[in-house]
Amino acid sequence: MSETPYFDEMWGHDETLRQPYQQFHDWLHRENPADLRAKQREAEELFRLTGITFNVYGRTEAEERLIPFDIIPRIISGAEWTKLSRGIEQRVRAINAFLHDIYHRQEIIRAGRIPKEMISRNEAFLPHMIGVEPPGGIYTHIVGIDLVRTGPGDFYVLEDNARTPSGVSYMLENRETMLQMFPELFSQNRVQPVQNYPTDLCRSLAASAPTGAGSQPVVAVLTPGIYNSAYFEHAFLADQMGVELVEGHDLRVVDGRVAMRTTQGYKPVDVLYRRVDDDFLDPMNFNPDSQLGVPGIMDVYRAGGITIANAPGTGIADDKAIYSYMPEIVEFYTGERPLLQNVPTWRCSDRDDLAHVLENLSDLVVKEVHGSGGYGMLIGPTATKAEIAGFRKKLKARPANYIAQPTLSLSTVPIFSRQGLAPRHVDLRPFVLVSPEGIRVTPGGLTRVALKKGSLVVNSSQGGGTKDTWVLGD
Amino acid sequence: MLGKTANGLFWMYRYLERAENTARLIEAGQRIALTRLEARDEEWISVLQSAGVLDAFRAENEAVTKEAAIDWLLRSRANTSSVLSCVEAARQNARMVRTALTGEVWEAINATYMRTRSTLARKVSERDLPKVLGAIRQHTALVRGMTHGTMLRNEIYDFARIGTFLERADNTARILDVKYYVLLPTASAVGTSLDNVQWETILRSVSARGGFRMAYGAGAGPAEITEFLILDKRMPRSLAFCVDKLHCNLRYLHKGKRKPLPSLRQVDQLERMYLVHEIGAVFEFGLHEFIQQMLTQLAGIARQIEIDFRFYE
Repeated sequence: MSETPYFDEMWGHDETLRQPYQQFHDWLHRENPADLRAKQREAEELFRLTGITFNVYGRTEAEERLIPFDIIPRIISGAEWTKLSRGIEQRVRAINAFLHDIYHRQEIIRAGRIPKEMISRNEAFLPHMIGVEPPGGIYTHIVGIDLVRTGPGDFYVLEDNARTPSGVSYMLENRETMLQMFPELFSQNRVQPVQNYPTDLCRSLAASAPTGAGSQPVVAVLTPGIYNSAYFEHAFLADQMGVELVEGHDLRVVDGRVAMRTTQGYKPVDVLYRRVDDDFLDPMNFNPDSQLGVPGIMDVYRAGGITIANAPGTGIADDKAIYSYMPEIVEFYTGERPLLQNVPTWRCSDRDDLAHVLENLSDLVVKEVHGSGGYGMLIGPTATKAEIAGFRKKLKARPANYIAQPTLSLSTVPIFSRQGLAPRHVDLRPFVLVSPEGIRVTPGGLTRVALKKGSLVVNSSQGGGTKDTWVLGD
Repeated sequence: MLGKTANGLFWMYRYLERAENTARLIEAGQRIALTRLEARDEEWISVLQSAGVLDAFRAENEAVTKEAAIDWLLRSRANTSSVLSCVEAARQNARMVRTALTGEVWEAINATYMRTRSTLARKVSERDLPKVLGAIRQHTALVRGMTHGTMLRNEIYDFARIGTFLERADNTARILDVKYYVLLPTASAVGTSLDNVQWETILRSVSARGGFRMAYGAGAGPAEITEFLILDKRMPRSLAFCVDKLHCNLRYLHKGKRKPLPSLRQVDQLERMYLVHEIGAVFEFGLHEFIQQMLTQLAGIARQIEIDFRFYE
């Protein structure tokens, strides 16, 4: 038997069915492929009807698109998950401690573990947050850590997503769809539930309310509006939590509180789960042209009158240049060795690193420090000569704007393609909730899958799809 | 509830009602065109007029033909009251107020949108017209049914109803406005075949032929039709019925309030001044003036509701 170059989560390296997939594989074996194909179409119909769509920027026609859903679940054993979630929890604890430190005494800089200019010259550092005590001491209430896998026990953190991670609605709707289409699978396999997420989110947000909020804090979700690419998710979460979905123009500062305009007048909000970027949050304190924010909300926030989740300025923790320091950050604040590995990262701001990157461009992945969504990156091994030449120029012009990483051998999970099962590369975004009551990692997450053969880009904006993610309860 | 949400619900249901009314007007127009010997396009002028889109139609089209009128009413994006535009606008508003709707209502409006968009992607042939119009009516009825069957009776429901009945009252009043002269009592020509055709158009435009026969018998004439459409509270598209529902739902919104908001006072006044008379008094006052005043009052109430419930600020 030949070794595959990639670790397949169903078949391992050597075509031996892995344990978590046993039950599922038996079931699959008994199924008729034509029926499954019909089910795949049925799933799409379900998604369209419930309106689980995303908007693609810069396209007027077909403005709402479906993220392709693949019916083969990604299955993780309970033991694998326990290990993984411990690592995630440790990382999230460190991120919160780091944020508090960075906006207060900056011990980590004094200790020489991070160079001062990494913070002071960083666009994601928000001076408005210096000395501010967020209610409950929490900075990142909702975190979505992107993980990739390269072997049975080898998980790497790709990105920390500590600002406003999206995709949790797909985790929930993918599961709903699978439950509807293949109920028998859930009788045969003991899959840990994810459906409590909205309730947990609501509880977690309420527990983070300012001290004066009373026993039933008013929570609201702030969306940029129906044209935002993730609007469906914003509406979905507000609906599931039973709270108001507000836009900037629904809110106003009234008597020192942030309040929403109801049919009966203005009503104060205690906790705002905002899905609007820092820069647009408050035209009085940040971008003055923003129509999406609430003038003066930062002043209320600084006075302790409202909880903003996630706190402004958390971007400094998921910045791609800071990322390379995460192992030091975890150790510094937890006193423990990091349980999750970082992908080795070259900082192009460093002269030696830059030289190495420029020499090895065709083997590396180069990313913008502040980029996201798979835009503005170079994947060396699959790039054309012209693309590489273009990036070489960019790197020389603004080296500090980039980091580089080796191309990882991302694990694969089969998808149900026209020709039957076919391995495709995946990543994983588990969702984490943080409140003064503790840290909760939902057992599951969003598995994104590159549908194109051989492709390593899983972003939905670049033709990726999703899968239901099972964590078995053993 | 957010002012913005009230606004979105109000308009979602207004547009939904308008889509259905426009579809019904097309159906009535087509029916008349097919059952008359002399082929003229005047009927389509009055259909366009009833839908309130004649001026806009003329600005974009050279002549009033059946084909152009149907296309304009059914699927023109330049016409904000076309069935397609209305369904798109209703769904856009539904998206905005997604959190106020049950899953069933959302899926019904979303399905309406998807089907309507695909059936109206191309020009509809005369042969397909009945099927297409029927499907639209069925879909909007499904949204209404899901609303009725799954939504809590709270302020969300009240705003949905207020939007529905304001639009419906406006629609009935506009049909009457365009055709009022047919209904005026005259000494001669009553009961001629032309009149019969015209009366039938009016009744068909508000889906009231069967109901009218049931309530007044086959031989009844224009005075009864006028009474039926303005004052009869059994008739779900009459002005009295719509205003009564408007009144009720506004009153529910006032629960616990000491002082009535201006919009409630206006509806109250409208009902007491215009809708408690005998039909003879309406003719004496002047049918045309009466309807004109109704339209003005309804528009005023819609504006006042926006203010009272903080739709915009």
